[in-house]
Amino acid sequence: MRFSGWRVLKEGLTGNKGWGPHWRDPEPKREYDVVIIGGGGHGLATAYYLAAEHGITNIAVLEKGYLGGGNVGRNTTIVRANYYLPGNSEFYSHSLRLWESLEQELNYNAMMSQRGILNLYHNDGQRDAAVRRGNSIINQGDDAELLDRDGVRKLAPYLNFDNNRFPIMGALMQRRAGTARHDAVAWGFARGADMRGVDLIQKCEVTGIDVEGGKVTGVQTARGPIRAKKVALAAAGRSSQVAAMAGLTLPIESHVLQAFVTEGVKPLIDQVITFAEGHLYISQSDKGGLVFGSYLDFYASYAARGNLPMVEHTMETCVAMVPAVSKARLLRSWGGIMDMTPDGSPIIDHSPIDGLYLNCGWCYGGFKATPGSGNAYAHLIATDRPHGAARKFKLDRFRSGHGLMDEEGTGAQHNLH
Amino acid sequence: MRITCPHCGERDRREFYYKGAALDRPAEDAEPEAWHAYVNLRENPAGPLAELWYHEMGCGSWLTVMRNTATHEILDVRLASDAEPGAASGGKP
Repeated sequence: MRFSGWRVLKEGLTGNKGWGPHWRDPEPKREYDVVIIGGGGHGLATAYYLAAEHGITNIAVLEKGYLGGGNVGRNTTIVRANYYLPGNSEFYSHSLRLWESLEQELNYNAMMSQRGILNLYHNDGQRDAAVRRGNSIINQGDDAELLDRDGVRKLAPYLNFDNNRFPIMGALMQRRAGTARHDAVAWGFARGADMRGVDLIQKCEVTGIDVEGGKVTGVQTARGPIRAKKVALAAAGRSSQVAAMAGLTLPIESHVLQAFVTEGVKPLIDQVITFAEGHLYISQSDKGGLVFGSYLDFYASYAARGNLPMVEHTMETCVAMVPAVSKARLLRSWGGIMDMTPDGSPIIDHSPIDGLYLNCGWCYGGFKATPGSGNAYAHLIATDRPHGAARKFKLDRFRSGHGLMDEEGTGAQHNLH
Repeated sequence: MRITCPHCGERDRREFYYKGAALDRPAEDAEPEAWHAYVNLRENPAGPLAELWYHEMGCGSWLTVMRNTATHEILDVRLASDAEPGAASGGKP
């Protein structure tokens, strides 16, 4: 089934009776070439690119709940490629380029909206850092633009320019950044993978990983054992538990990151805005809700909800930056569970077990990474060589200390990210 | 989330700084592998975990807190100086 404007028109005129399910609901087979653990954005994207780019279609994606029911549906939907450090910089650049052609490639409306992002700066030091990061982004081949105070005022006149502590001096802008509809990204990859023969198996929790003589041979699941030549982890948020089934201990601590949405209001915030001093990111959904978030709660957690101190902090920074938000009512808040690594950067790599692959540690970057992560992970699984854009996402960097990517410069240790 | 400090009583989470899993520090001449495990690797359980919290805005004590990471329930709090060596190895292989 192909989607098109004509199809929407035809269905609209004939009672919308022609739409069918977007993917099958198959029974698991006894054996696959590749089993992917986790039917979220990254797992589904990996399956899609394995099928579409590497011709590997005998794949099962095993999901303990329902497709896209985890972090891909719990984020603030921001897409950008404005990282500074080598490693992250080329990876998110690669990912953003995939985002730009994603809807055409998947024939699926992911509501990709390149509305631009403004990273505000409030003092000379932050301006210097913005210039340096902007130059690094331009060298990488992406776009960055330094706006002064008037430049920001033209785009976002509602901001509090004269905050006593953090007056706005300008912003680093990336026009190609924006937002996408998170659920639709998961569904688009799911449909694309399913159309190419991948089995998407829901309500199928993996309960064990079979390893014989240092090589992976399959998995035990709630729906019986499944043999596999290769097993790929894509269960961020629960990576430690899944890896433990294979006897691995990862350099990961799980943390809760909260997100918030107000009731729908008229169009106010046209771009994505980030406020560096108090740490806030905010955008407006197509339904009108203001979607925003701030820091981690900063303690290990698997509860998909946070505590009130971070709620209060987020509201304070939000109102400090956009005073008009104080008139809006908060509709919902929720928490997502982040795989936090010591340096705040991800891992896409072989594991010490032959045939078992790792995709984890997505920290704050998981959603914007979705196509890049799936693409690079598929490359690693299919060829056993790292993808060029993700070659620095090594597991061993923590052991050796070489190649750590501490984007925030706070120090590469657990309680600082 | 509130933590009952043995010195100060029940206090708001905001008074405390979170260090992470309470692990036994390797000997200074331990192998690099032991230090790698101590600095980086975490068992990261979804359930009870022994953690170090610092009562930064209170008495300044380091506390060993047993906390359920799945529910945020605080199960036990004692001074880190009173914790048995090895007894609080909650987060570690």
